[in-house]
Amino acid sequence: MARLNINGEIRDIDVDPETPLLWVLREQAGLTGTKFGCGIAQCGACTVHLDGVATRSCALPISAVGPTQQIVTIEGLSEDGSHPVQQAWLELDVPQCGYCQAGMIMAAASLLSTTPKPTDEDINAEITNICRCGTYNRVRAAIKLAAENVSEAQKG
Amino acid sequence: MTVATLSRRNFLIGTAAAGGLSLGFYVPFPVEAQEKPTVLPEVNAWVVIHPDDTVVIRIARSEMGQGTLTGLSQLVAEELECDWLKVTTEYPTPGESLRRNRVWGSFSTGGSRGIRESHEYVRQGGAAARQMLVAAAATFWKVPAAECSTANGIITHNPSGRTVTYGAVASLAAQMPVPTQLTLKDPKDWKIAGKPLPRLDTRDKLTGKQVYGVDLSLPGMLNASIKACPVFGGKIRSFDAAAISTMPGVRKVVQVDQTSVAVVADTWWQAHSALSALPIVWDEGPNTGVNSDSIAAMLEEGLDAEEAVLGTSIGDAGSVLSGNAKIVSATYSFPYQAHATMEPMNATALYTPDKCEVWVPTQNGEASLAAAAQAAGLPIEDCEVHKLHLGGGFGRRGNYQEYVRQAVRLAKEFPGLPVKLIWSREEDMLHGAYHPVTQCRLKAALDSTGNVTALHMRISGQSILWPLRAEVRETGRDPAVFQGLNDGGAEGAFGYTIPNLLIDHAMRNPPVPPGFWRGVNLNQNALYLECFIDELAHEARIDPLDFRRKLLVNHPKHLAVLEAVAERVGWERPADTGIHRGLAQIMGFGSYVAAAAEVSVTDSQVKIHRIVAATNPGHVVNPAQAERQVEGSFVYGLSACLFGECTITGGRVEQENFDTYEVMRMDQMPAVETILMPSGDFWGGVGEPTIAVAGPAVLNAVFAATGKRIRKLPLKNNSLGA
Ligand code: FES
Ligand code: FES
Repeated sequence: MARLNINGEIRDIDVDPETPLLWVLREQAGLTGTKFGCGIAQCGACTVHLDGVATRSCALPISAVGPTQQIVTIEGLSEDGSHPVQQAWLELDVPQCGYCQAGMIMAAASLLSTTPKPTDEDINAEITNICRCGTYNRVRAAIKLAAENVSEAQKG
Repeated sequence: MTVATLSRRNFLIGTAAAGGLSLGFYVPFPVEAQEKPTVLPEVNAWVVIHPDDTVVIRIARSEMGQGTLTGLSQLVAEELECDWLKVTTEYPTPGESLRRNRVWGSFSTGGSRGIRESHEYVRQGGAAARQMLVAAAATFWKVPAAECSTANGIITHNPSGRTVTYGAVASLAAQMPVPTQLTLKDPKDWKIAGKPLPRLDTRDKLTGKQVYGVDLSLPGMLNASIKACPVFGGKIRSFDAAAISTMPGVRKVVQVDQTSVAVVADTWWQAHSALSALPIVWDEGPNTGVNSDSIAAMLEEGLDAEEAVLGTSIGDAGSVLSGNAKIVSATYSFPYQAHATMEPMNATALYTPDKCEVWVPTQNGEASLAAAAQAAGLPIEDCEVHKLHLGGGFGRRGNYQEYVRQAVRLAKEFPGLPVKLIWSREEDMLHGAYHPVTQCRLKAALDSTGNVTALHMRISGQSILWPLRAEVRETGRDPAVFQGLNDGGAEGAFGYTIPNLLIDHAMRNPPVPPGFWRGVNLNQNALYLECFIDELAHEARIDPLDFRRKLLVNHPKHLAVLEAVAERVGWERPADTGIHRGLAQIMGFGSYVAAAAEVSVTDSQVKIHRIVAATNPGHVVNPAQAERQVEGSFVYGLSACLFGECTITGGRVEQENFDTYEVMRMDQMPAVETILMPSGDFWGGVGEPTIAVAGPAVLNAVFAATGKRIRKLPLKNNSLGA
């Protein structure tokens, strides 16, 4: 039995401790917003926040996740899609098929929390998620827009 | 202005002529039933209007990121004159379509055809619904319909100023006679179509709510993972189910067919873990000696073969090329590519002895239905397919419905319980429908003033249609091989005027399954042609733009897009220090496209700084989405050009995941500037054409930077050092 804190909710989950966090989220917790793309930490579709840091959940067995560590998935990023990154994504209508986008959004939100004004190089280095539809330029623009909106809000 | 006269008879004739397309309107009750108004809010097959004025537009084609839900809705809404803010969409099911005499036409979503092939009948659907709504209001008010006008979902009786909303008259409208004459709007007057509207399906993709095939959850559902013999043509000899049967959650180990075995368990992770531990002995079959080199040798033989199928023949290229003109020759080759959609292949099936239902992200709902019926062994009327959003399609989820057959086969082991089958990424990479391999030898004669007096393009390689169509197997002729090189026609007309032109194909089919892959043969043909034209310009010491201008003189639409990118990129002005430029143009999928790339090469590393793309698709239904398609096509095309290859060894694909199958990521993405220049006189595709010009424009720029011609793809295997 593993105890996990998912989106602020404590859950006791009865599952093989070697099960990757991704599959616990999808199959035991029923949170399917976090996606499976490769299973080997290459594509970023499965990105969640672990104590605020973008983490690829497909290669992380839940035995390595402590009961007090905060897991946040796309469903828990905001209640209603109001996180500044989600808002910027909406404004620029970023997704195409959308399958990679939860991972992109989680990676972007984590980047902005440590680097409020990311440069192109910061974005290149941190956002290494794969998008086969090719939304990269709009992802980049939306990260910058989110950064701007947040700093405007803070000023205002 | 398009005026269509509709009658039942016309529908039937149209059905035959258009290969199964049918307009057909559904009138739920005869007109005499008017006194008993129905609550059914369906005005006709395309349009449902609820009493609260919500408009549901039915879309038969599949949304896989390309924006077709939004684009097709815009076309219907334009003619319907409804309130765009109240529009939602719905997929009709393929089974319902069959029951209604294929009222929604084709479900196939590929070949950049979603809009160009259905724009007319979906607009007619919207226009007919509007006329029926007006007729209903006029009947209700007892006034002539001609005195009424519509805008934004409201009908106004002009003389009296009375108004009524669509929602209020929708159920009455459904009983009105189907209009026999429809006038479609002139695109010049469009207010909804043609506008850069945001997509209708964005919100749920930002919050994790969007349900893709892999996300489906049904009561009592079991999960499955599958493994097929990694060697093409191989089979299962045996497996030891007992070795894993006590692993957690395992329900059953099932041999799905001769080549594959699956584990069904409570969760997918359990199924997949058990499958990974399952001892399997393969009978690897006849192809273990096949590898990339042997395939290349097979294609090389075709380059010189006496026998070839003729594509285009003008004049007598053979004799000019064997004369004493200056001859330039080069051979290009293009490796296998995997689709690698972000969402792996999957399907969920629920079987009982008298019914079979499948939930699947599919590019062709009817193909999925046919596959389900076949696998279930049930009449097609007893089967149904529910389409789910696709996490990418790119051609992989159209014709090849093996995951549907597999899911149904597994579900038959558990009557009454749904089984969801998800392929691992490894399974997806090892069992694709790969962008086929071809090579091309180009040979041209140049006269002393740099005119191309003859050109022979010999394509050698694989045919996508060979496994699919009997007539291709009989004749050895695959028309798709000549995409972009045809002597006229919508699928890609050759733009250059060359007095002696010979384009032919020697079909060589290695035992690796080929498939439609975004851009298909146009990708290769544009690369071969446009890189070689660049070579010829260089040999003739003529600027590549001027060289093409002269050759395109009889094809102004081809030339116009090329001129547009040249102007925008600043071709006539020197580039910044260290930046080098390349050009390419082609026609395909009904559209004219060109690109100009700017690259730099430092320490053998290519950096693509900027690509300008121009496209003339005739009409643009949503410019914002068209721009996204251009950017996306560049990512897909450049991924292939820079890194993409599935190499074969021992009869199997070597790359199993994204660690070895490299694709473009954020840091490699150039700035993209898109010029949309619809000329208004035809309807072309948008999703695919531009993919074909990204590669050659970049490679021509790489030549400008380094003096090196990249003729063997991908670029990463070539040394750019001195
Ligand atoms: S699924 Fe985790 S990185 Fe790809
Ligand atoms: S939006 Fe489709 S993979 Fe990124």
